[in-house]
Amino acid sequence: MTFVRTLLSPRGAVFLLLVILLVAITILNPNFADPGQLMRFVQRVAPIAIVAIGQYFVIIAGEFDLSQGSLITAQVIIAGNLVGQDDSRTVPVLMLMMVFGAMIGLVNGLITTLLKVPSFIVTLGMMLALLGGVMWWTGGAATGNPADSFRQIGRGGIRDLPFIDFLPWSVLVLAAWLALGIWLTKRPYGKVLIALGDNARAARYAGARDWWVSTRAFIISSLSATVTAVLLVGYAGVHPSVGRGYEFIAITAVVLGGVVLGGGRGWIVAAVAGAFVLEALFLLLNIAGVPSTMRDAVQGVIIIAAVAYSGIAFRSRRRGAAPHASPDQGKEPDASPDGAEGQSSAPPALVSEGIPETRGD
Amino acid sequence: MKRLRADSTVIVLAILVLVIVIGAILVSVVGRNFFSPGNIRDILTGMSVLGLVAIGQTLVILGASLDLSVVYVVSLSSLVAATTMAGNPGNIPWAVTLTLLVCAGIGLANGLIVTVLRVNGFIATLGVGLILQGVLNTNFQGSAGAVPWEFQLIGATGIGPVPISTIIMLALAVVVWFLLDRTRTGAHLFAVGGDPEVSRLSGLRTRTPLIAAHVMCSVFAGLAGLLLASRLGVGSPTVGQQGGYALLSIAAVVLGGTLLMGGRGSIWGTIGGVAIFAVVDNVMSVMQVNPFLKDVVRGIVIVAAVAIYSRRAIVRRRTRFGPGGTRTGGDAAAAAAAPAMAAASVALIADAQTSPGASPGDASATTDGGESR
Repeated sequence: MTFVRTLLSPRGAVFLLLVILLVAITILNPNFADPGQLMRFVQRVAPIAIVAIGQYFVIIAGEFDLSQGSLITAQVIIAGNLVGQDDSRTVPVLMLMMVFGAMIGLVNGLITTLLKVPSFIVTLGMMLALLGGVMWWTGGAATGNPADSFRQIGRGGIRDLPFIDFLPWSVLVLAAWLALGIWLTKRPYGKVLIALGDNARAARYAGARDWWVSTRAFIISSLSATVTAVLLVGYAGVHPSVGRGYEFIAITAVVLGGVVLGGGRGWIVAAVAGAFVLEALFLLLNIAGVPSTMRDAVQGVIIIAAVAYSGIAFRSRRRGAAPHASPDQGKEPDASPDGAEGQSSAPPALVSEGIPETRGD
Repeated sequence: MKRLRADSTVIVLAILVLVIVIGAILVSVVGRNFFSPGNIRDILTGMSVLGLVAIGQTLVILGASLDLSVVYVVSLSSLVAATTMAGNPGNIPWAVTLTLLVCAGIGLANGLIVTVLRVNGFIATLGVGLILQGVLNTNFQGSAGAVPWEFQLIGATGIGPVPISTIIMLALAVVVWFLLDRTRTGAHLFAVGGDPEVSRLSGLRTRTPLIAAHVMCSVFAGLAGLLLASRLGVGSPTVGQQGGYALLSIAAVVLGGTLLMGGRGSIWGTIGGVAIFAVVDNVMSVMQVNPFLKDVVRGIVIVAAVAIYSRRAIVRRRTRFGPGGTRTGGDAAAAAAAPAMAAASVALIADAQTSPGASPGDASATTDGGESR
């Protein structure tokens, strides 16, 4: 019973949806339940899930990262151009990509926190600049086919295992990245991040170094995009359209997972489950033979419905709880005269609107 | 509040002047005249489509929502208009009406999803955008319809160096300015965008202004689509996506000093933001900058322009309910205000004890005065 209730709760809604989708896929295509097939599925989800993990950290802090998709494209092209057919370059280029990713995150974070530009704008600008810069550098056509050792990360794996037969590296990378993410959210850093997203001013007064906390979230996001890029080089190859739209997919996945845009509420595992839901949805639409032209539309309907459902479930749960007193009301003297209460409590905002004119200081 | 809005708009206009001066110098270096009628016409033409979308986007952002579906609305509107007109001038009025009705319907759907289902505007309009994309992909393989010559004139003619399309855009901006500054709906939109809970407690219907903003946003996107159809002569299912109007219009709105969290901003700032984009694009075209490099410059300009005033604007924003109303003056201000607050409440208690219910109006004024220090 509790389990059912958890599934119906907003936190569990995404898992419920995932179970429904997976069952539907299995009914349409019984082969899907085969462990090997499931592993392939997880392998396909891994890039999206990793981007979603990065986006989770940014969204939970109340920000956006729209530059992820462009960063993936940029990294893929960097890998294509720099690795070449030389196996010995794999590790240095991987290092370089990580440093580049961290740098982009640092720039995003510092402009957002120190220059106080809204992150939506910062990362939008970064999205344009990165993509344009990389295209300018490569002349619009991405070239290069990285060495096999590099591509193995995305497409290879451990073969001939007893039960699942094939364990792709990307599944391991996803598991490691998720474990790292969960660990971070349990650390004081994760708590401060949530506090900052919930109420930035309160967190600041409580002594959080808000600029560094948010900046690290942006760095995590950019590093996640970099890891995804490494996987995608192997999985999808080098092409200027790899990574396009990933920022929106990631944000959708995170929101499907019940994370609130605006920050302060959400669970990292649910965000990853959101990525699984999205990919399962694509797969289901594919298997069910929905015309490819209508897939976007079905996807749109399901996203809206899922988010609306989790919102409604969340509110119905909170109903009955005492309404929050606004902070301004809290400051009201307790000994407010009973006779005056009716008039003074109703329009405090309106009364105080007039104050700038009447008070000199 | 008045003063503040003028403030951010003035900064935007100052940035615009700066951009124009730099642009003029750069253009003259290449040996061309920035202020030639032809060039001015190019800039104004470049402003009109993005301007229309951005006007609508301003309304939605003021209501603390977003509209990412505008690109698809633009494409759909160009297709509906072009296929309904089918080259026959007699169909123009009906086609325009139908197009705008379709767009208003989409806006209504957006508004209802955001207000009634309470889905975040970002996700709601992203979802509606995907639905529209599906509809576009299913029904149209490529460019379709034909726009009669009479309608194409709207996009092609002008009075002197000023194109008709820009005049229409500016006239609609004036209408929206009137709506925002002089009507109840406008005031309610600011209130709901600023704080939906406070506006609800103040007795506003919080849904109506936001739904109205979404409907108008889609209608403005529809007008932009009509304008594009008139320029292209056909309807195209990808014309909106190619323009990237969703993110660019949001950038223009924020550049114009409107807060993404809503409740604060002005339509003239948005027009200024659109003009900055148009001038930057024009200068780069004249100088024949590599198209990919253009994106880099655009990205830098967006961030830099917002950075110039955002620090200042954020500090200003805090003065919303009077000096230190939200106590962001810092701890010093709070400490300074503490005695006054204590005094006020003591006075209040004394007042209440001596003359219960004698002058409730005065008492409430004292309370709020003390508290807003």
